[in-house]
Amino acid sequence: MREKETTLYLGPQHPGVTGNMMVKLKVAGDTVVKAETHVGYLHRAFEKLMEQRTWMQSFPIVCRICVPEPDPNEENLARAIEEIEGREVPERAKYIRVMILELSRLAAYMLWMGGQAGTAGLYTVPQWSVGDRDYIIDLFEELTGGRIYHMYIWAGGVRRDLPEGFADKVLRTMDYLESRLPEYDKLFFENAIFQKRAKGVGIIDKDKALEWGVVGPPLRGCGIKHDVRIDEPYEVYDKLDFVVPTHEGGDVWSRAMVRRQEMEQSISIIRQVIDKMPAGEYYNKVPNPLNWYVPEGDAYVKTESARGEFGYYAVSDGGLKPRRVHVRGPAYVHGVSLLEKILVGANISDVAFIMNSLGVCPPEIER
Amino acid sequence: MALNLKGIISPYNALKQAGRKPHTVQYPYKKKEAADRYRGFHFNDIQECIGCGTCSTICQNHAIDMIEIEGLEVGPGDSGLRPRVDNGRCCWCALCVDSCPTGSLSLTKDYLYVSEDPNSFLLIPGIDNPDGQNRKSWISNGNSLLDYKRIPMRELEGQERVKSFAEVVLGYNEEEARTEAARCLGCGICTENCPVHMHIPEYINAIARGDDKMAVKIIYDNNPLGETCGKVCTRRCEEICAFTKRGEPIAIRWLKRYATETVENEKMIEEIVNPTILPPNGHSVAIIGAGPGGLTAAYYLAMRGFNVMVYEAKEHAGGMIMYGIPKYRLPLDSLDKQIEYLQSIGVEIKFNTKVGKDISFDEIRQHHEAVYIGIGFEVPYKLGITGEDASGSIQAINFLREINREKHIEIGDKVVVIGGGNVAIDAARVSRRLGAEVTILYRRRVEDMPADWEEIEGAEDEGVIIHPQAIPLEIITDENNKVKAIKYANAEMIPDPKGGRPRPKIIEGDEHILEVTTVIGAIGQEADYSFLPDDIKEKLEINRGRIVVNEDRQTSIPWLFAGGDIANRRADAIGAIADGFNAVKGIEKFILKEDK
Repeated sequence: MREKETTLYLGPQHPGVTGNMMVKLKVAGDTVVKAETHVGYLHRAFEKLMEQRTWMQSFPIVCRICVPEPDPNEENLARAIEEIEGREVPERAKYIRVMILELSRLAAYMLWMGGQAGTAGLYTVPQWSVGDRDYIIDLFEELTGGRIYHMYIWAGGVRRDLPEGFADKVLRTMDYLESRLPEYDKLFFENAIFQKRAKGVGIIDKDKALEWGVVGPPLRGCGIKHDVRIDEPYEVYDKLDFVVPTHEGGDVWSRAMVRRQEMEQSISIIRQVIDKMPAGEYYNKVPNPLNWYVPEGDAYVKTESARGEFGYYAVSDGGLKPRRVHVRGPAYVHGVSLLEKILVGANISDVAFIMNSLGVCPPEIER
Repeated sequence: MALNLKGIISPYNALKQAGRKPHTVQYPYKKKEAADRYRGFHFNDIQECIGCGTCSTICQNHAIDMIEIEGLEVGPGDSGLRPRVDNGRCCWCALCVDSCPTGSLSLTKDYLYVSEDPNSFLLIPGIDNPDGQNRKSWISNGNSLLDYKRIPMRELEGQERVKSFAEVVLGYNEEEARTEAARCLGCGICTENCPVHMHIPEYINAIARGDDKMAVKIIYDNNPLGETCGKVCTRRCEEICAFTKRGEPIAIRWLKRYATETVENEKMIEEIVNPTILPPNGHSVAIIGAGPGGLTAAYYLAMRGFNVMVYEAKEHAGGMIMYGIPKYRLPLDSLDKQIEYLQSIGVEIKFNTKVGKDISFDEIRQHHEAVYIGIGFEVPYKLGITGEDASGSIQAINFLREINREKHIEIGDKVVVIGGGNVAIDAARVSRRLGAEVTILYRRRVEDMPADWEEIEGAEDEGVIIHPQAIPLEIITDENNKVKAIKYANAEMIPDPKGGRPRPKIIEGDEHILEVTTVIGAIGQEADYSFLPDDIKEKLEINRGRIVVNEDRQTSIPWLFAGGDIANRRADAIGAIADGFNAVKGIEKFILKEDK
């Protein structure tokens, strides 16, 4: 006998994601028959706000597009402006930017690990990972003056040079995090409960993944090697030695494995960056921010964020303010269209679990 | 499915952690000390702040407004306002700090504030949290977003300059002007020091965005001699520019010069300014003296529909800017262009008409309802030493006038100029161009010289020797009563017990003789009021050589207005222009009130 369908509203209070969105589920028993995403709880009109701010005033806005990982936004806006204007960025600034981006990736993965485990009911993991993430946040605080919103990468380079002794501190933190990874393996990745929950759940069809626009760890979790850092290297990624891990399967487990291996890669990248970072200028000063006319032109730039390929399209009409800044983030694809597809057939208790595995960031959906 | 034994056992490894010290929570509880660069609540050094409001302008959250502070001592170049931060809106991005021109604003390590009263989230940094001084963390030192260095002005080399009367300053090219203009924050602090309160931020902004025509139009709002000011203004505005606390002020004068120089002739000025000229109102005003003040009054009166007649004693308009300023600073064609434009919109000038000689003052009074006097200081002060009447002893003001008329004056090869003002420097630099060796004798120290420091530097570059603390005693002449040498004594500076500027005192016995061919006196001028009828002179209030006027430049005789050197102590072109501009309001008020 066919079970009666019921409507279930999941969210909008953080159903396994950082930020507010809601999933309206049609369930039969405890199986999802249809999923409909509802966003709009977090719309702050970032793109529109930027049209009424000067270029430099836009930097404190873009970082808010993704709370757990603000830096790719700053990186994208900075690089878009630099491309339109043809502004050179000092070599040292490029290295510092890569360090920031990788630190931010590590911090984002730490937070993801906590969320992924939390949605599976493993509450010790978030206690650990949020605590360990704080060591990265402390580094950000020391470098940028802000713990969460850094407002540090901006057009022309970065805002301040590394404080004295900072590089050593970063290396020490990397050593510590590396030493923690085996413990996370034992607690979380090898955990029978997690494996049982993750394997074969939330499968993305490898043949459809590219067509659907899946990027980042979910795509690499389908066995497709795609990473902006390798495909179209920006800043100094082409001078660094690292691999892009992939994993076959397309399920939550594969995505977790990809992220787990990438954490090792990020630690290695940060060490290389510190090793190779040249001395010199860190900022190629832009004109007075109130009177800076960026020449007419447009640019599309992309960065590999922790959630995947993250693009900005910026247009200047030669004025003081951006004519248009369009944010093309992975969260829209992952959190709206992809989620609606792969939730069908899932167990209710896996919904938040699957959402978290996709790295959805609602403020970035709404921009 | 096989039993995942490892997966069941390994998580228990976590139990090992139980004995470890917690890493984020500290016992006993200790408040976390923020990092050295932490961006916490604002602090403002109230004494350093000038209230320019850039923090408020740059804030993309509109979290900062500028408010008046009670009991704050407000000096020149200070708006008297101070920022107030709404901590409910602030995002601590510190754009305000990185774009604070004085560096007074900073963020502190303080990050915790709890209150149920949302109004208490309004923080006046530095006043509400004076102890923030010791907790400053995010400062802009060396990391400012602003550019404190001005674009240097290109000039002829010193050796090249003395060969001719070619203009020394070469002016900004377009790129330099745009870059320099873009430095401006548009705070408008400068306008306070400009006697006529020109719309400085507006025209600089127009230059920055590439609209030179708009810049010219804005300049003509309250200054019809913008190009002159662009070349020779004493630019008091730059003294209080917000950038001066930490760097070089915006080159306001050179930017004005750039904008006005883009206009090639008087027709183009008219097209750009496109003035609204009111139909004739049937009233008539006389202006005595076609100097900068008289011309300004005439221009704005003509635009308001008045019939204006300017009486000028000499053959050319401009007064001191024509006859007093050497052509290497203000070329004739530039001045002609500006005056022709004034004439083209209806300013009538009667040349070679000296009031009191060619026409009587009473006659002028009969034909016009109001009179504006702007005759300037034309009579030089005497040095008051023996030998002053000898041939070869001349007055700078007469010397400059004749040179500007392209007359030849024989000065020989060794010239001494006495004085330290701009006139002295001008006379010295002109003498260098005539091929003489020049020494300036000045009573006080170089830093006391009233002349513009750029002029002083320019003179030194051209080989003028400046001899400070030297007091002339006697001009020694030969048997033909011709200047042979000058005797002077060195002086020491005696501090003024009342706190005024130190006075020079001759050092007894420290006398020297300098052989010279010409002595040029440049110790100041005064006015010649002899053209005024006695009854007017009686009624007219004159204080220490200057006519007393109110803020409408109205004298003690209601229909008589005065401005320029004879009424204000600034003794510069922009001061005279301001007088002319303000007199227009006064004259309009006076005549049109009579109408009612």
